[in-house]
Amino acid sequence: MTSNMALGVSVLALLVAFGTSTLSQAQEQELPVSEVAPKIFVHTGQIALMTRENDGATANIGFIVGGNAVAVIDTGGSVREGLRLLAAIRARTDKPVRYVINTHGHPDHVFGNAAFVSDGTVFVGHRNLPPALAVRGPFYTDAFRRIMGEQLLDGVRMIPPTLLVDGTTKLDLGARTLTVTSWPTAHSDNDLTVLDEQTGTLFAGDLVFLTHTPVLDGSIRGWLRVIDELGTLPAQRVIPGHGPVSEWPGALTDQRRYLETLASDVRGLIVRGEPITVAADTAAASERSRWQLFDDYNARNATTAFSEIEWE
Amino acid sequence: MRFRLLCIASALGIMLGAHVAPAATPEANDPWPGLVQDIFNNRPMNDGAEVIGIEMPYRAEDAAIVPVTLRTRLSPDDSRRVLRITLVIDQNPAPMAAKFELGPDANVTEISTRVRVNNYTDVHAVAELSDGKLYMTKTYVKASGGCSAPAAKNAEEASSRLGQMRYRQFARTGQGPSSGAREAQIMIGHPSHSGLQMDQVTQLYIPAFFVNELRLWQDDSVVLAMEGGISISEDPNIRFTYVSNGAKRFRAEAKDTKGHIFQKEWKVDDSGI
Repeated sequence: MTSNMALGVSVLALLVAFGTSTLSQAQEQELPVSEVAPKIFVHTGQIALMTRENDGATANIGFIVGGNAVAVIDTGGSVREGLRLLAAIRARTDKPVRYVINTHGHPDHVFGNAAFVSDGTVFVGHRNLPPALAVRGPFYTDAFRRIMGEQLLDGVRMIPPTLLVDGTTKLDLGARTLTVTSWPTAHSDNDLTVLDEQTGTLFAGDLVFLTHTPVLDGSIRGWLRVIDELGTLPAQRVIPGHGPVSEWPGALTDQRRYLETLASDVRGLIVRGEPITVAADTAAASERSRWQLFDDYNARNATTAFSEIEWE
Repeated sequence: MRFRLLCIASALGIMLGAHVAPAATPEANDPWPGLVQDIFNNRPMNDGAEVIGIEMPYRAEDAAIVPVTLRTRLSPDDSRRVLRITLVIDQNPAPMAAKFELGPDANVTEISTRVRVNNYTDVHAVAELSDGKLYMTKTYVKASGGCSAPAAKNAEEASSRLGQMRYRQFARTGQGPSSGAREAQIMIGHPSHSGLQMDQVTQLYIPAFFVNELRLWQDDSVVLAMEGGISISEDPNIRFTYVSNGAKRFRAEAKDTKGHIFQKEWKVDDSGI
């Protein structure tokens, strides 16, 4: 009896919450975006952790308008941010959103996906993205419900891509073709880049960080290899996953130095027989003044790098 | 009208939140008494502050790789001996992370490994002494933030090291080789799938696959044995101290939940480095 009542209250709450979120959806304000190249719009995320106050809007996300359709590149850290991005698109074009491309599966890039679910919209991702979302999705939604609150998390759903990229895929927006490329394990095991050759504009996702401490959730050695390859892409500017839109390939310099320093410090500690905890406390300390959020991510990167490099 | 609806929604939202997410406030729903019953058969817990120490970072930086060090604190003239140490991560899906059996003649005083931490949690270390009593100590770990998850970082390659084993001996500062004191590490390549995630495409649970048994010997004398669970990190790694009995060989045997048996042995470096 009690559990039936609790269920009834829960269902009622869900219905009411759903009703109000539908009401508020229509009224989301446009996310501020700037046109970094003709018909390429970017919202620059805050250099911050995802919080209740910032709607999880910490990643750079954007959209590209072609001759007859729009491609969205990452959807942000909450459904609210996704809806605000949609409002920004609708303020500029009435062409349909044909593709939603997720550069990888981290919450600040995919939590807004639900805002874009509609007939005729194809979700695009790395071939490793569906299993990554399946394994991590429940953990992410639980963890961020705690951090960002029920209200922002309620509508968040893991929406796996149906168009999987393994190598290179071309997406046609009408008189504008995007080249989407999947990469071996680097920042994560499901990183994609999107290149608009017409304007030489590269959406690098979290394969490129500026200002924001790089976040290692894949392979440090793999990432350093991928950086070398990325540098040969024919782009003039990059939209990094975090940090300012920058010129290419100069934007890679700081991140390469950070990762090389981290790898070399960790390697030295392993040779000397130091435990993993010492790496967390000391590796890449010379980089501290050069990055924001260093104390939030460096110990983690060092831990991750240590567990990889000790198998060399 | 809309304003009123919002108010009702948020009020109910708070109730709903309390209803579905008790894990957010572990104090309100402390699993420890139930764990004492399930894991330790409700045996009395004595204060372990003088017996066993547990060290973990206050925040789990990488949720999949959280270092933990257990240190015995019995003084050398204490007639009691530590028989086994159980590590419990209260809020994990499978709280019993590991049970270590300490070899009777190996004098293991320090064990470090790495675990997965899913949530804000108490972590308990329970030592069973030769007096037949249990001694408990605990620490608290905050869950990691950001995109860290207790999951594989390189899912495709997680299995590529399956069964590889490495042994390494470290220098012990301040103790010459004649003391017999040693510090060593064993690494086992294993994906350690937790089995708790559902495959979104097939709607089937990915079966659990992890190292559940590890035994280490110097010649034929047991140094350390571990009974492990899914809370032990991918590629299990155990670093420990022991006292050499003059053995020339160090031997390891690991078993996993699919019945694989991995064995390897190494010559021990006499220098004690």
